Amino acid sequence: MTTVQPIRPWAPSNVDRTITATSVLGSAALTTLIIALTPLKGKLAYFFLFFILWFIVDSALIARRSGRKGIRDGLAAKVTLFGAIIVLMAVLSILWATISRGVKGLHLSLFNHTMKVTSFTDPVANGGMLHSLIGTLYLIVIAIIISVPMGILTAIYLTEIKGRAAGLIRFLVQAMSGVPSVVAGLFIYAAIILNTPLRNSAFLGGLALTILMVPTVTRTAEEVLNLVPHDLREAGLAMGATQWKTVALVVLPAARSGLITATVLGVARIAGETAPLLFTVGVFDAINPNPFKGGSGTIPTYIWSGLLAGTPESVQRAWTAILILLAVVLILFTLARTLGNKKISQGKAK
Amino acid sequence: MSKRARELHLSFTFCSSNPYFLAALWREDPHVSSTFAAQTPPVVLPSPRKLTTKPRPSDQIYRAVVTAFSFSALIILALIGAFLLIKGFATFKNQGLHFFTTAGWSVQTNSAGKEVAHFGLSAMLLGTVLIALVALFIAVPLSVLTALFLTFYAPERIRNFLISVVDLMAAFPSILYGLWGFFILGPMAEYWAKLINKYLSWIPFLSVPQPSFTRSPFIAGIVLAVMIVPIVTSVSREVFSQTPLDRVQAAYALGASKWGMIKAVVLPFGSSGIVGGAMLGLGRAFGETVAVFSVLNIVFRPNWHILFTQGGNVASMIIGQWGEAGKTEISALLAAGLVLFMLTLLVNFAADFIVNRAVKSGR
Repeated sequence: MTTVQPIRPWAPSNVDRTITATSVLGSAALTTLIIALTPLKGKLAYFFLFFILWFIVDSALIARRSGRKGIRDGLAAKVTLFGAIIVLMAVLSILWATISRGVKGLHLSLFNHTMKVTSFTDPVANGGMLHSLIGTLYLIVIAIIISVPMGILTAIYLTEIKGRAAGLIRFLVQAMSGVPSVVAGLFIYAAIILNTPLRNSAFLGGLALTILMVPTVTRTAEEVLNLVPHDLREAGLAMGATQWKTVALVVLPAARSGLITATVLGVARIAGETAPLLFTVGVFDAINPNPFKGGSGTIPTYIWSGLLAGTPESVQRAWTAILILLAVVLILFTLARTLGNKKISQGKAK
Repeated sequence: MSKRARELHLSFTFCSSNPYFLAALWREDPHVSSTFAAQTPPVVLPSPRKLTTKPRPSDQIYRAVVTAFSFSALIILALIGAFLLIKGFATFKNQGLHFFTTAGWSVQTNSAGKEVAHFGLSAMLLGTVLIALVALFIAVPLSVLTALFLTFYAPERIRNFLISVVDLMAAFPSILYGLWGFFILGPMAEYWAKLINKYLSWIPFLSVPQPSFTRSPFIAGIVLAVMIVPIVTSVSREVFSQTPLDRVQAAYALGASKWGMIKAVVLPFGSSGIVGGAMLGLGRAFGETVAVFSVLNIVFRPNWHILFTQGGNVASMIIGQWGEAGKTEISALLAAGLVLFMLTLLVNFAADFIVNRAVKSGR
């Protein structure tokens, strides 16, 4: 018995592949030739010339077969690729700059020394950013403690209670995610530092970051809770559990890894925020174990001071610190991705 | 082969070779399954019973607590507005409308020992809008192209990789964009600015009073453009991917090429989504602080020459002036914060409205 082979008229044939390869290689060769022979120079010229020549060569090759419609189609494909490549190049440039410049300043004392007796203009090997790491950790923990319950309870309201105000709340959470970070810092300053005896501290910084973290946690948690199958809720209620027991013992455990993803995404959102910390935490060069009193060092303000000091040593410190910050954000991001994928596959299996 | 058999054969080959038809069958597209449902008699649904039992006390407490917490977003937004207004009120009162219409920022003590303050935001507001417009002008075409590439052109593997890259871009801390903008992009963009100025200086806003191109609104605009590309791309991608399948199929069935299909179906359908995404990006661009501060030379004089080394930005001005601000000036900075807050809130409301309408119309 023979099985019917599916036909795929849209798959590229050998002729198509040859045409693509010829046009790409041919236009690359032409570009190099033109740049070598004319006064045009630079990466920019190479990049644009290549795309223009590629379009011309490719159009010439397919013109007889596909006509004007085919040429326009080819142009659209190339222009969209062009846009995507520019975006990709920006990302690569950022990553490359951070890694190549940051690596030079990496050394062990970064992780077990502070800037207490070192100034930013001293040689890079002196001092470290232990105080900043501890300060950022404090901030993140404080922000998690406040914003995760807030965000998850709001998400429960949106998905489990589905109250009358759900539309309004969803709208407001969306609006809150657009609050500029500088405004969050100004708010904490105006509301707390100007009105109460509390002064700059890690706690106030954590409060400011909470404002930025709650919307991220709420929106991700809402998506995750929506993925929990209805059968589970109905089963819980049918067994005689009250609504809150169903939510606490069935729905939340089922969505556990997704809720962790929500938290991780929220932390990734706030880990690098600088502006609000300048109003609420300030800059501090030594370890401050008390999160409620006195300023505290943080990674973003460490980078900020390095950038403002402006000497080669201080700028080197800033690049190294941003490399560490970027590594933290990347790890959090990958973690959220892996957990997120797990969550979806579980949701499907049930 | 009889005529009927030929027709059947033709329609079978069409169905099996057309990916969109198969996809429609596989997803149980309502348009397809409704043709089968039409033959069954209509089902009369009984009206729902009224619940007469009250929730138990534990549930009432649970509902009250959760509802109370869910209003935290409302309370926080209201408190931000209220406190910034209370603390900045003195400035609004003293400066009146001049706060919005004049430029300049000074606190001086006159001979009688009295403080004379003059605060005007016009240069900063103009600069904020200019920079955001430059950013949109660059970011929107790039994002739409990227979104089209991701949705319709990229092979599966490249698509997943690029989607991760774009999401990652959104997670980069803003101070990283600041550092990159100052050290890497700045010198390059200065060169581009000189090129643009050389050939296009007959356009009024591309001319410069003096040949000085560093730390201009143009450079700040490029940095902001890179920062808002991920948000505009992901909103556009979401709307594009919700293009109704039947319209896509119809375009292909009428012989459209891929670009013909995009032009006739996807872009008209997704246009309001693109506008909404651009508005979201605009809101983000208005509020960006650290990145803009690193690459912009802030001067309290209205300047609309985007390539020239003077610019303004409300958010960056606030952190720039904060360090040595006295009591009167802090009030003015908080007032500026309130203006910024209202501006971004307004833009975000509009964006949310447009995006929601665009996404809903696809369902």
